Amino acid sequence: MKILNPIIETHGLRRTFRTRKQEVVAVDGVNLTVHRGEVFGFLGPNGAGKTTTLRMLATLLEPSGGDATVAGCDLTKEPHKVRERIGYVAQGGGTDPSLTGRSELHLQARLYGMPAAVARARADELIKALELDTCADRVIGTYSGGQKRRLDLALGLIHKPQLIFLDEPTTGLDPQGRARMWDEVRRLRNAGTTIFLTTHYLEEADALCDRLAIIDHGRIVAEGTADELKRQIAGDVVSIGVDGDHSRVLALLEAQSFVREISHEEEVIRLYVDRGEVALPAILRILDGAGLAPHSIALARPTLDDVFLRQTGRSLRDAKEAA
Amino acid sequence: MRTLRDTWLIFERSMQLTLRNPAWVAIGVIQPLFFLMLFGPLLQPLAGAPGFPTGASPLNVFVPGLLIQLGLFGTAFVGFGLIGEVRYGVIERLRVTPVSRLALLLGRALRDTVVLLVQAVLLVLCAVPFGLHLNVLGLLVVLGLLVLLGLLMVSISYALALWLRSEDALAPLLNTVTLPLLLLSGVLLPLSLAPGWLRAIAAVNPLSYAVDAARALFNEQLGDASIPLAVVILGVLAAIALVGASRSFSRSTA
Repeated sequence: MKILNPIIETHGLRRTFRTRKQEVVAVDGVNLTVHRGEVFGFLGPNGAGKTTTLRMLATLLEPSGGDATVAGCDLTKEPHKVRERIGYVAQGGGTDPSLTGRSELHLQARLYGMPAAVARARADELIKALELDTCADRVIGTYSGGQKRRLDLALGLIHKPQLIFLDEPTTGLDPQGRARMWDEVRRLRNAGTTIFLTTHYLEEADALCDRLAIIDHGRIVAEGTADELKRQIAGDVVSIGVDGDHSRVLALLEAQSFVREISHEEEVIRLYVDRGEVALPAILRILDGAGLAPHSIALARPTLDDVFLRQTGRSLRDAKEAA
Repeated sequence: MRTLRDTWLIFERSMQLTLRNPAWVAIGVIQPLFFLMLFGPLLQPLAGAPGFPTGASPLNVFVPGLLIQLGLFGTAFVGFGLIGEVRYGVIERLRVTPVSRLALLLGRALRDTVVLLVQAVLLVLCAVPFGLHLNVLGLLVVLGLLVLLGLLMVSISYALALWLRSEDALAPLLNTVTLPLLLLSGVLLPLSLAPGWLRAIAAVNPLSYAVDAARALFNEQLGDASIPLAVVILGVLAAIALVGASRSFSRSTA
């Protein structure tokens, strides 16, 4: 049985930045609950407030308003206690290229209060667990992307935190490195660590996360399991490709009772229907009857990208490219 | 206790980085050495001139100034290294750990002070063959003054680095500030040669007190009033700068 015991709880968490001209609201009243032992995915386009929220929860940035409990401690009143219980791995890591992985691990352990001998043993343990044996005594500047990322993770795990924040843990990794990182995340979760991660990859969120939240313009626009979020999309998605004028097709299909929602992006029309396999022949019949010939038609279960599109009005892929 | 322990850990790490390229420590002494070798000889005929005590080598007036110059230029630019560390994410990584924020500054400042002392001793040793008369007690007190000056300058440099976060902004700012500080300190020639108005401006420059004290210490005037005055001025300023800079380390680095 899963114990739904929150490890992170925020109420109205806010952060504003003052620029020369105006005040910018980066995070605008975020309410989040993360349960102990789950992998929680935090999605959003660049600039949506993802990293700002993460940095506040990791004690790096003071909230401008609201309150939060992280790992059982008050974020603003006891940041010191929070720090002892959490790990944080920034997107770019945080190591000096001219030091060795082993010396950085050793220092990190010492900073968490371990005596020298314990620190050495803990560093050895993580070097072995994360297969850094071949590179631990080389300077970090010589590491491959995957090795560097695993070292970053090892640094965040050195004190066996109950909760670890991973900011874009697989960005920039090759497929092999990504698969490796997914394995590590799953292993951590099985060992009882709570993982709070941000990602740009929806397939990653789908495969790895127990629950998700989507943030846009500094606000949470959706929260739940991937399946719950997909179910909100209402059934299946039928994508119809039409050449030229799609307004007739839109008007025609919009009127159908089985169509729950309709949207279009350039020449692709998306229909949200309850049962795709029944709707498909009907759609073809209707279009044929009106003398309209689509050049493509596809049926799909809703993906997280559909969820994202609906909640933020843009596809995550587009949002990423635009940023 | 925690602060002391963390300071030592950060010191060790910083020292490790410095010792990966120990050549930089020596290169830092080259500029004052140029002054010693290429400018110092011009002062020989000035022995006995105003501001230069009779009987003593003019180097005993010039080298103390060079040491203070080293204390200024050898330390003011340490912020550049910190900007690199911010960019690598090192500071963020350390700030998520329970490490003492004061230690993040003190560990680095301690490393910089050790480097400065090594450079100062190298410079003094190089000056002896040129005719510098050495008073060991005086030298020790000057090194103490350099520690205070070093702590003051590195704290300012680190605080500015954390504030500006850009080498392009830090370099012109430091150059603009350090050059007048240097010229108004009487490093090159004694300020007793200066007209009244220049001396009046120099009187608000803490460096000029350091230079006066260092000169007294190199000229067998160990009881001179300029010495305790310089210790107090530099000590108070260094303490203020340390507190300010350690606050910059604990504040968010957005």
